[in-house]
Amino acid sequence: MIEARGLSKRYGDKVAVDDLSFTVRPGRVTGFLGPNGAGKTTTMRMILGLDRPTAGSVTVNGKPFAELYSAMREVGALLDATAVHGGRSAYKHLLCLAQTNGIPRSRVGEVIGLVGLEDVAGKRSKGFSLGMSQRLGIAAALLGDPDVLMFDEPVNGLDPEGIRWIRLLMRSLAAEGRTVLVSSHLMSEMENTADHLIVIGRGKLIADCPMGEFTAAGTAQAATVKTPDDLRLAEVVAAAGGVLERDEAGELTVRGLSAEQVGGLALAHGILLHYLAPARVSLEEAFMELTADSIEYHAKARG
Amino acid sequence: MTTAAVPAAPARTRSVPPALHRPGLPGTLRSELTKILSVRSTYWTLLAQVLASIGWAVLFCAGTVSHGAGPDFNAAQASLAGQVALGELIIVVLGALVITSEYSTGMIRTSLAVMPRRGVLYAAKAIVFAGVTLTISVVTSFVDFFTGQAILASKHLNTTLGRPDVLRAVLLSAAIVVVFGLLAYGLGAIIRHTAGAITSILGMIFLLPLLGQALPSSWFQAIQRWLPGGSALSPIPSSAPPHSAYLFSAWGEFAVFSGYAVVLLALGAWSFIRRDA
Repeated sequence: MIEARGLSKRYGDKVAVDDLSFTVRPGRVTGFLGPNGAGKTTTMRMILGLDRPTAGSVTVNGKPFAELYSAMREVGALLDATAVHGGRSAYKHLLCLAQTNGIPRSRVGEVIGLVGLEDVAGKRSKGFSLGMSQRLGIAAALLGDPDVLMFDEPVNGLDPEGIRWIRLLMRSLAAEGRTVLVSSHLMSEMENTADHLIVIGRGKLIADCPMGEFTAAGTAQAATVKTPDDLRLAEVVAAAGGVLERDEAGELTVRGLSAEQVGGLALAHGILLHYLAPARVSLEEAFMELTADSIEYHAKARG
Repeated sequence: MTTAAVPAAPARTRSVPPALHRPGLPGTLRSELTKILSVRSTYWTLLAQVLASIGWAVLFCAGTVSHGAGPDFNAAQASLAGQVALGELIIVVLGALVITSEYSTGMIRTSLAVMPRRGVLYAAKAIVFAGVTLTISVVTSFVDFFTGQAILASKHLNTTLGRPDVLRAVLLSAAIVVVFGLLAYGLGAIIRHTAGAITSILGMIFLLPLLGQALPSSWFQAIQRWLPGGSALSPIPSSAPPHSAYLFSAWGEFAVFSGYAVVLLALGAWSFIRRDA
């Protein structure tokens, strides 16, 4: 269980994390979502005590991280897979971590087997592919067989096979009753993994809800329509606070209003509709919609 | 008092035995020993120290044998000066690397995530570094000494460990190398950057004494015993008293350098513990 209360971090004038409060519960995978620069990594660093909060607090199993009895047995974290001394072999890397917490040497061999790095355990990690580094980082997180696991962008740069492997691993860790927090800036990565979502943008909490609720909220607010009278529909929809969009294929979508509302408006104004359906807003779109105002760095249009 | 009926979490079979005591210095010392002995930079720098200091002893003593000894000649110093002058320059690199490599590789985040007691980690690193380098330096100092004396013996210029202050010169020459390494370690914890830390420490050892010499000579004489390098080092490998009245004895100069190390180690500890990693 991870609990943040009023967690804030500023670097000079820049606010990285702004008054975040959330609880990450055991037994499920909690997705930690937000655009790049939203403050996900900073939040995770504060959970691990690497950064000191400017205000507020965060606890793991009821205690600040630094006060845990045996950190490795309670929390395992993968922040940055390349954050290892490349000159050290995978085995020695894991061994030196295990020794700090008095974890037996035999466990090092076990986790190496668990992540499938047996063949390269004696090699210096400098030559590892990103996928191998991620596996090494996950092995380190699992060393203490902890109740709480945190992964920061674990599938970045992985091939589909590796992504599937991590997804299954996170699901099985949660199924064992552990607390699993996994961050990503891509909604699509969460679709088959997370049970619960914490969404942040510009350091602020945007949503903290079960996965289903998040997608349902998105779906309710859009409708696909076909009409010969699109100009009038656009006026009517705009007057009701929505917006009619036409994509490259000529398909019309009403945003900001539900299908029921659009149907009602069309009837009231005598506009002929050939087709009306709730739009299937993908997680990606729902996420984009929610975070649109909070993206720090908008991509500049080319040309 | 009544206990509320809280449904127990399903028990998970643990793959790791519970901690018998709170993880602290003993385990972290083992961990740091594994760390320092599992990267090549340790072996390269220690090998360089051994070769440079023995090489100096051989060359200097052989030179004395062929050219004859001057009036200030001291047999202990002839064999040990290389350990102090060169050994220290090499060991500061290792002292800085031990801590700055954690920052440059990002390993520090992993290290602190498994051992959040920062003071314990900082102390363990320093102790292991000091232990490893002291072991190598003591062995090297004795090899320097015996090699040098064996060469000097051909002209009967040699001395023995039984003579006054000779053993002191051998041991302090080894210890001063470690003190400089710790100075670099403290500075590395403050600067967190390998090149920056090494440049600063070399600037301190070389440049400050050099700048001191640019001062009016009466000023330089007054401060040279306090400078973190240069002529203030010269009493340490010698079994004779300092040749200049403006220097402390070997023990006095050793205390001065140790004082610098203590200050930098303390500042480094503050930085390591208080600043975001």
